[in-house]
Amino acid sequence: MKPVLEARNIRKKFIDPVEVEILRGLDLSVMPGEFVSIMGKSGCGKSTLLYVLSTMDTQYEGELYLAGQALQGEKPNELDRIRNQHIGFVFQFHYLLPEFSVLKNVMLPALKLGLKSAEEIEHDAMEKLRLLDVQEQALKRATQISGGQKQRVAIARALINNPDIIMGDEPTGNLDSKNAQRVFDIFREITSEQKQSLLIVTHDQDFAAKTDRIIEMADGSIVSS
Amino acid sequence: MALFNQLLLGIAKTHLLARKKQSAIAALGVTFGIGVFIIMVSFMTGLNGLLDGLILNRTPHVRIYNEVKQSERQPIEDLATYKDMAHIIHSIKPKNSQLKLRNGLAIRAELRKDKRVKGITPQVSTRIFYQAGAVQLNGNLAGMDVLEEARLFNFQQYIVGGKPEDLASNENAIVLGAGVAKNLSLQVGDYVQIVSINGSRERLKIVGLFQSGLADIDKVFSYCNIGTAQRLSGEGGDYFTDLHLKLHDIEAAAGMAEELRNSWGVNAIDIKTANAQFETGTSIRNMITYAVSFALLIVAGFGIYNILNMLIYEKMPDIAILKATGFSSGDVQRIFLYQAMMIGFVGAAIGLAFGFLASYGISQAPFETEALPTIKTFPVNFDPKFYIIGIIFALITTFLAGFMPSRKAGKIDPVDILRGQ
Ligand SMILES: Nc1ncnc2c1ncn2[C@@H]1O[C@H](COP(=O)(O)OP(=O)(O)OP(=O)(O)O)[C@@H](O)[C@H]1O
Ligand SMILES: [Mg+2]
Repeated sequence: MKPVLEARNIRKKFIDPVEVEILRGLDLSVMPGEFVSIMGKSGCGKSTLLYVLSTMDTQYEGELYLAGQALQGEKPNELDRIRNQHIGFVFQFHYLLPEFSVLKNVMLPALKLGLKSAEEIEHDAMEKLRLLDVQEQALKRATQISGGQKQRVAIARALINNPDIIMGDEPTGNLDSKNAQRVFDIFREITSEQKQSLLIVTHDQDFAAKTDRIIEMADGSIVSS
Repeated sequence: MALFNQLLLGIAKTHLLARKKQSAIAALGVTFGIGVFIIMVSFMTGLNGLLDGLILNRTPHVRIYNEVKQSERQPIEDLATYKDMAHIIHSIKPKNSQLKLRNGLAIRAELRKDKRVKGITPQVSTRIFYQAGAVQLNGNLAGMDVLEEARLFNFQQYIVGGKPEDLASNENAIVLGAGVAKNLSLQVGDYVQIVSINGSRERLKIVGLFQSGLADIDKVFSYCNIGTAQRLSGEGGDYFTDLHLKLHDIEAAAGMAEELRNSWGVNAIDIKTANAQFETGTSIRNMITYAVSFALLIVAGFGIYNILNMLIYEKMPDIAILKATGFSSGDVQRIFLYQAMMIGFVGAAIGLAFGFLASYGISQAPFETEALPTIKTFPVNFDPKFYIIGIIFALITTFLAGFMPSRKAGKIDPVDILRGQ
C-alpha cells in the first residue's frame, strides 16, 4: 500500500534575527486509514511541521507528496485546491465564522470545491453534523453554541470534502477530558470506517497512547516513530 | 464558476449585513456624493442648455459686416520709387468707406448656393433718434427679414406683446425696445416718431416690444422691416450692412468665416470667437460640477477604505480559516472587493434616486426672470447619461477604495494568524 502523505528531508529555517533551523531534515509518512499522533516538547517544531505538511507554508526545503503527487513547487492556486479537496484541518481554536450558521460553516469548503449542488452539500453537511452529534445546532449561529460543540463543528467542517487526511494541531487542547474523549472516538471512527488518515499533534499522553503510532519530536527532528 | 462567484458574493453580503450600521454609513457617503453630483450636473447643464438656447439659437453662426477702419495698404506702398524703403506714416485716418456691405448681393447669392448654409438674412442697421416732444433719444434701428429672422434666430422669443407676423406685414411698423418704450411711456398700439441721421422723419406703429433682458440693449435697439430701414437711411433695395448666416453645423462656422474674409475681403466673425467668454463660462460650470462631485466621492471612498480596513483587521482569523480550507488569495480579495462594490452600488443607486427626486423638485420650483420671459421654472436636464456616469463614477471610486485593503486581505498569510491565536 502507498502512503497518503509522504515527506522527505523537510527543512525549514526562520531568520529572526539570526538564522535558526526549526525543522532539520524530517522524514515521515502516513498510510491510508492510519491514526498517527505527534508529540514533543513545546517549541520543538510540531506546529511548524504541520503547516508545511498542510501546504499552507511553502517556505521549506525537501519533498512532499500527497497521494503520490509532488507538492513542492506547486502553484499557490493549485495548492489551495488540493488543500480544499484532500486535506482537512482542525486547530486548537475552532475558527468558525461568527456571522454564519453552524450548517453554513460546515458547507463553505464544499461550496468552494463546487463539485456538488447546494442541496447535496447541505445534505452532506447535515450528515457530518449528525456524525459529530451536533445536528441539533445546525441552524444556530456559530457564536451561539458551547466550546465543545464548536470544536465538533470545526471537525465536521474538516470532514465535509471527505479529505484523504485530516491534520490536527492540538484539537483537544481546549477541551475537558470528557469532550476530548468524544473527539478521540470520532477520530477513531473516521479512520476505521472511512479509511481516512489522521495526523494529530497533541500534548495529551492518554490521547496519544490510544493512536496507532506516536511520532516523537525533539528540536526539529524526529526521535522515534 | 457562477455558483462560485455567488458563494463569494454571499460571504461578502453576510459580512455587510452583520454590520448594518457601519455599512449603511459607508453607503451613505456614496449616496451623498452621487446625489449631489446628479443634482448639480442636472441643474448646471440645464442652465447651460438654457444659456446655449439664449446665445447659440439666437446668434448668427457667422456675421458678415463692414467695419470702418484704416486701409491696410497705404498708397505709398504702391509707388515703385519708395519700394525698398521704410515707410513712416503718421495719423492714419479711416478711409471714408460706407457702412454698406460691399458685394453684399453677390455674397448673398453665392452663399445661398452653399450646401453648408441653412439660411441667410440681410440686415440694415442704422442710427436713429427717438423723438419724444422736444427730447431726442439716441437709438439704433435694425431692418430685417422678420420671418426669416424668426425662423433662423428665434426672433419671436424676444418679442413681448406682439407677433413677428404683425411686423412682417406692415412697412410702417416697429418693434420697440422695451427700455425705450418705458422711457417714452409708450405702449403697443401707440405711434413713435423716428428721426434718421440725415434728418428724415417717420411715424411708425408699435406692434410689439423687444426684450432681450439686457437693459442697455433694450434702451437703444428697435426693429423694423428691411424696407423701412432702407427708406430711413435714404438708400435703395440693394443696401444692407450685415449678413447673418445660420449653418447646418455650428462647428463649421470658424472655417467659413475665414473663407469669407479671404475670398471677399469682408469682415466675418464666427459665433465661437464672438462668444468665447460664454464657452468659458460653460466649461467652468462643468468643471465645478465634476470637481465638487469628485471631492465628495473621494471622501466617500475614504470612508469605504476605512471601514474595509477595520473589517479586515477584525476578520483576520476568518480570512486565515478560509484560506486554510482552500479559498485562494484571489477569493479572499474578491470577498472584500465585492463588499466595497456593494456599498458603492447600493449607495449610488440610492444616490441616483435621491438626486432624481431632488432635481425633479428643483425643476418644479418657480423661476422667473426679466431676461427670459418664456421660462417659468428652473431649467433641469434629466439626461440619462448623467445617471450612467454617476453609477460608473461611484463604482470606480469604490473599486479604487476597496482595492488596496482587499489586496492586503488576499495577501494575509494564514500561518501567521493561526500561529498567533
Ligand atoms: N514566524 C517565526 N519566526 C521565527 N521563529 C518562529 C516563528 N514561528 C515559530 N518560530 C519558532 O519555531 C519554533 C517551533 O515553533 P512551533 O510553533 O512549531 O512549536 P510547537 O512544537 O508547535 O510548540 P507548542 O507545543 O508550544 O505549540 C519555536 O522555537 C518558535 O519560537
Ligand atoms: Mg504548536
